[in-house]
Amino acid sequence: MPYFIFLVLFVVLPLLLIVLYALQDGAGHFTLRNITKFFTDKDALSTFALSLEVAIENTLLCVLIGYPAAYILADNKLNRSAVTVVLFILPMWINALMRTLATAELFNMAGIPLGKGTLLFGMCYDYLPFMIYPIYNQLKKMDKSYAEAAQDLGATPGQVFRKVTLPLSMPGVWSGVMMVFMPTVSTFAISEFLTNNKIKLFGTIIQENINNSMWNYGAALSLVMLIIIGLTTLLQGGDQQEEVSGGLI
Amino acid sequence: MAEDKDIIIRLDHISKSFGDKKVLDDISLYIKRGEFVTFLGPSGCGKTTTLRLIAGFGKPDEGNVIMEGKVINDVPPYQRKLNTVFQRYALFPHLDVYDNVAFGLKLQKVPEDEIEKRVKRVLKLVSMSDYEDRDVESLSGGQQQRVAIARALINQPRVLLLDEPLAALDLKMRKDMQIELKEMHKKLGITFIYVTHDQEEALTLSDTIVVMNEGKIQQIGTPIDIYNEPVNCFVADFIGESNILKGRMLRDRRVAFIKHEFDCVDEGFGEDVKVDVVVRPEDIYFTNDPAKCQFKAKVNSCTFKGVHYEMWVDTDTGYELMIQDYDPYEVGTEVMLYIDPDDIQVMKKEREANTYAAKVKGEGKVEFMGVEFACDTTGFAEGDEVVATIRFEKVDLLDHEDEADATGNVVSILYMGNHYHLTVKTESGDHVWVDTNDIWDKGDFVGIKILPEDIQLSKPAAGNE
Repeated sequence: MPYFIFLVLFVVLPLLLIVLYALQDGAGHFTLRNITKFFTDKDALSTFALSLEVAIENTLLCVLIGYPAAYILADNKLNRSAVTVVLFILPMWINALMRTLATAELFNMAGIPLGKGTLLFGMCYDYLPFMIYPIYNQLKKMDKSYAEAAQDLGATPGQVFRKVTLPLSMPGVWSGVMMVFMPTVSTFAISEFLTNNKIKLFGTIIQENINNSMWNYGAALSLVMLIIIGLTTLLQGGDQQEEVSGGLI
Repeated sequence: MAEDKDIIIRLDHISKSFGDKKVLDDISLYIKRGEFVTFLGPSGCGKTTTLRLIAGFGKPDEGNVIMEGKVINDVPPYQRKLNTVFQRYALFPHLDVYDNVAFGLKLQKVPEDEIEKRVKRVLKLVSMSDYEDRDVESLSGGQQQRVAIARALINQPRVLLLDEPLAALDLKMRKDMQIELKEMHKKLGITFIYVTHDQEEALTLSDTIVVMNEGKIQQIGTPIDIYNEPVNCFVADFIGESNILKGRMLRDRRVAFIKHEFDCVDEGFGEDVKVDVVVRPEDIYFTNDPAKCQFKAKVNSCTFKGVHYEMWVDTDTGYELMIQDYDPYEVGTEVMLYIDPDDIQVMKKEREANTYAAKVKGEGKVEFMGVEFACDTTGFAEGDEVVATIRFEKVDLLDHEDEADATGNVVSILYMGNHYHLTVKTESGDHVWVDTNDIWDKGDFVGIKILPEDIQLSKPAAGNE
């Protein structure tokens, strides 16, 4: 019951408000103009496409760096101490905004011009722990006898990884992908600080609209994003749902 | 030893430690082609480690694993001509039954139609023909077990290793699978190496049993040998029920125990030598004929065990013995008993007292088991290497460590008819053997107390430690 009240207050109600605002004009009359405006607004559409592109690139980057990192961390022979794992997770203890500001400052000091490269670097740095952790967990709880059974049946170490370890760790990878992809699609702070607003992401546009008191259009954009994220979750997650939650534990 | 072509695997003086714990201590044995060999012992005895060394998961610190005449210490598991059925089956959860079984063949790039033929054949062998498309996690324990066996057999190994494969099954299932395994072994004709802690399973299945304890081989033999002629108290106690008693070999074919004399069939121990005696509970017979009676006793308990009755009797000389018989005797009955000479198993005593390599630390002080003890050091100077001897009954066990000289845990308990013989492992890793009338449980934490006058020092024998 307390959970239900919490759900209504902090999830259902805000969502309803978004829908309500998105379907009204400034005067409070019901309209679909906010939605149609987005689909005819070339700038908004291209920003949205760019956001998706950056999010996909960042997610791929995180998988490419995060998987080997998680693999090394989870291997008792390669990593003997639990402290190393904490070191990887430690940056999460610091406020993301502060980390991003510090990163931007480092780029300035080094004289590296801010742009898409620095944006991806910052995003990857911010979200890497969210990729590493679920994969690490998945690998760590994996029964070693699977790898041994594969070896016993004639698989070389490379084949053991391709045919057993990798497929069995996919739930962790999917869960990491969700945790990295969803927030990066909607982020605005990172792009603001790490590109000096040179690159605008979808989140930035929503924020600008709301800052300029254009609540209704902002809400409509939020709604569009929500639906699209929801759809990708369904597409990716579909039959993985059960295992994804397993990967998070 | 000449290399016999009938021998498929030979372990040659193998030792293995994990950290500073020695799990295997100088293991040597050989396994013949087509044999069903079982490594039997309590948990932590090193049986699974031995199996893993044969499978290639880990290398011996010393000694060699030899397969078909070649040392294979450095051959990785995927190049060894043997396959394993793992304890928890380790079926790949992301593959269905067919793909699990076909795993080994697909790695070898066997053509698809041949894979299909062989998977079908091996699934039929384990009676799992209609389960090809099933998800492995939807199968029962027994079915998973069959798939695991099929997966291991499809590579046509020369040796099949089985690591407690039936441990997770319920009793009924286990009995059925035992029969099937035995039949499979007969049909396939390959070597089975089986690991279990279940003595009954070992007796049922094996051609040869290797009894292990604390990293050492205790006895190797056929089930009948091991059961009827255990070489020491550990084997006698671990396999089946037994009365283990202190005895004295008077001369060839004559032994005394429970303060009576018996004829036996053992020879070669010498005259008037201390021995251990094992009599199985089913080998003590009741009689009404005073001429046959060797000793008298009074029944003090009688329990129905399904096929037989289990009775404890107190002998006229104050010993307690277990007897199994098809006919019950009421509690309190005076009975006459005899034992056939054939059924008395006489064993050499492994040790008659606790002995430790010790060092004199000064006037009246000696160190062993990593602890300093007070004792009479007359005749020895500081720094002398000596041997400290303490009789089993002179060691006191305390349930607290306040006044104790050392501490340890009870690792095994033997009932010797009128007292308990305990093995205590100290924190320094030494063993202390204790004779006591007090009741302790396995695993109990105990304080060890030895009085100064009970420690006897002597010069070490030349060549010994």
